[in-house]
Amino acid sequence: MGKRALNLSDDTAASPTRAEDVMGCPSGLQKQAVSLEDPYAEQLDLTPYVSSDSNNAHQIDLIVKGAHCGGCLSKIEKGLTDLEPVSQARMNLSTLRLRVSWRGEKEFVNTIIERLSNLGFGGAPYDVSDSSTQKQSETRTLLLAMAVAGFAAMNVMLLSIAVWSGGEEMSVQTHTLFHWISAAIALPTVIYSGRVFFKSAWSALKEQQTNMDVPISLALILASGLSLYETIKGNPDTYFDAAVMLLFLLLIGRYLDARLRFQTGEAARRLAALQVTSATRILSDGSIKTVPARDVMPGDRLLIPAGQKLAVDCIIETGISDIDMQIATGETKLRSYGPGDALFSGTTNLGAPLTVKAIAKYSDSFLSEITELVEMGQQKKGRFVRIADKAAKAYVPVVHSVAALTFIGWYMFSGDLRQSTLNAIAVLIITCPCALGLAVPAVQIVAAGRLFKQGILLKSGDALERLAKVRHVIFDKTGTLTQGRFSLENEKEITAENLALIGSLAKFSSHPLSRSLSIYAKDLSLEKVQEFAGQGICASFEGKTIKLGSASFLDMSLPQASNTHIGFSIEGQSPLSLQMQDTLRPDTIDTLKSLQSQGLSYEMLSGDSEAVAKDIADQLGIDNYKAEVSPRQKMSRIQLRMKEGEFPLMVGDGINDAPALAEAYCSMSLAGAADISRASADIILQEDKLSSLPLAINTAQQAHKRIVENLTLAVCYNFIAIPLAVAGLVNPLIAAIAMSGSSLLVTLNALRMAKLEA
Amino acid sequence: MTAVLWLIPIALLLGFVGLLGFFWSLKSGQFDDPAGDATRILNSDDRPLPDDKAP
Repeated sequence: MGKRALNLSDDTAASPTRAEDVMGCPSGLQKQAVSLEDPYAEQLDLTPYVSSDSNNAHQIDLIVKGAHCGGCLSKIEKGLTDLEPVSQARMNLSTLRLRVSWRGEKEFVNTIIERLSNLGFGGAPYDVSDSSTQKQSETRTLLLAMAVAGFAAMNVMLLSIAVWSGGEEMSVQTHTLFHWISAAIALPTVIYSGRVFFKSAWSALKEQQTNMDVPISLALILASGLSLYETIKGNPDTYFDAAVMLLFLLLIGRYLDARLRFQTGEAARRLAALQVTSATRILSDGSIKTVPARDVMPGDRLLIPAGQKLAVDCIIETGISDIDMQIATGETKLRSYGPGDALFSGTTNLGAPLTVKAIAKYSDSFLSEITELVEMGQQKKGRFVRIADKAAKAYVPVVHSVAALTFIGWYMFSGDLRQSTLNAIAVLIITCPCALGLAVPAVQIVAAGRLFKQGILLKSGDALERLAKVRHVIFDKTGTLTQGRFSLENEKEITAENLALIGSLAKFSSHPLSRSLSIYAKDLSLEKVQEFAGQGICASFEGKTIKLGSASFLDMSLPQASNTHIGFSIEGQSPLSLQMQDTLRPDTIDTLKSLQSQGLSYEMLSGDSEAVAKDIADQLGIDNYKAEVSPRQKMSRIQLRMKEGEFPLMVGDGINDAPALAEAYCSMSLAGAADISRASADIILQEDKLSSLPLAINTAQQAHKRIVENLTLAVCYNFIAIPLAVAGLVNPLIAAIAMSGSSLLVTLNALRMAKLEA
Repeated sequence: MTAVLWLIPIALLLGFVGLLGFFWSLKSGQFDDPAGDATRILNSDDRPLPDDKAP
């Protein structure tokens, strides 16, 4: 194995153009490592994620952030295999997963992450959950079933065409032989590929319900059973071709649907994996160890460095610091907390390091109440009936009673038992919901696929149905309408030289306020830079001391207003006040405008103070807003809207929005949102662009129109086909033409959906 | 007619070989990473080859 690593490094040396390949990558050389999101994640103990065998061979699955092209791929693989103990590194560019195998020490995993980070990529451990592997094998089963059905459909059709065109000229022995061959292909296929439908139909029947799979299974079984009987008897008409064709067409729909759901689920899981949260535990001997957040127990003493997100609910033991409560309450203003104060998980420590005592486990923290509310809301989602199931509910009894009436009618009329059975079965076969079974999924696949390309993840097909009915949009403020990041409001009042100084000084601090100021940085030489956690930062520039920080740090008085104020001073000059404010997303105003032109109303609910909420609402021209709303109040607001029959869409990103997201008729979250709100939303805007919202609604409405059209087409087709079948006029040729004709029609109609503009 | 008796089994066999070929290609992971494979071919070496259970 070591030899291979050597070969690889030789090869890299021989082709120096590699670096240029990488430069051509749209992502550039990614400098953004995981450390930006969670400053201590690099030191997180990753060994629990490593799987090892007895031979000292280890393996880990990682999610890689920032890899976009073949250049990135070869850079990562080469960079890692160059490390001596690594035996293999294989990156999957489709799923952005990386599997690394090595020998020796388990702890070597940290070197791997470090190397990845040095190469310019973020890496996070990926917990391969059971549900994900299960979904993958489900997709694979469907693909195999589809392949077998496709093979069978083509061969049986070949033989059937010979029988149809042979007509009278073909001897009885020949077409009986052809029928036997068809039976030999079709019967195993129906058993193998039809399992998908039989299983689902059986579980529905066990619960005394019907779904689309019940008539499908019934038609499959009856069609093959009848055909087998006719073959044994040597009669001229069999329906093997119709049965396998039906199976094939339906499986195409099922497979595409499953694949799409797998892809979107995978993308959602990837987002979650990249936000590994860690906590720094203080051991009894005073040393510290970084552990995954879920391992923290109540009573543990933790160190919360500046910039870290709190993993669990805790009480401050020592230290005073500013805490950013934004994600938990929606409030943008920082608050100062000291010993004895209780802090919520999900909030961020922005000031000085704190030692705290955990009072709850990760799973029981502030999140637990929210999780409970979310679960309650999600359970209720079952009450929204899917269109296809609605159709099936109306369709199944009608078709089955028509078949029964046909049998009774023919039996009374002709007294011929075989003829009546044949005609009744023909009704079941011809009405077989091929078009109906394809009508809805075909449209949803096309629409969801297009949205997926635009970075809009649909968690399920019925989310699309619900989105189409939305009449009212409820926005969260912070992080949804606004960026949840600060910008300098009174930029114009400050001279360019001062601005450059502020920026250059701010660059040395990782405080969010400083980070947003660092865009003004110039190449100035600052000396003796010193950061005072929770207060400010100072340095000397051309012999003078410059300071940036809180009012008390600068010894100045700042106005108490809705905005966050900090100060900046140069020795010998009067200090400047800097107004920092959460800015609107660049696309917020356009988004609201296009929502309005689509005829939708909207309102804003914020957990922030009245003054801040009013300011943003005024900027956006929203009259309908509410401030200081608790998570529970947000939820009841949604319930009220639902009662009024408004089909509200909730758009939010914070932990405090999660219950409302779960409760709403349809909900949407952003990629940068808190884990729990992403999990409880129906739709995720992957690129953090609010402008995707009108696009998504538009697509959903279009899709709804197509679904209705398709269902109408399917019903029309049945109006023509059923009388023919009842009259006993259907032969296998007509059945085959009607079946594939109607399926083709609905599929083409689904594809007619307009292309999305980027 | 005797020609048909030969041709039908041959046609079925060929189709079956194609089906088995598809099964094999699926099992050997050739559809696991279409995006990666498309760019990997441009690299001067495409080692390491995927193992059976590539991520």
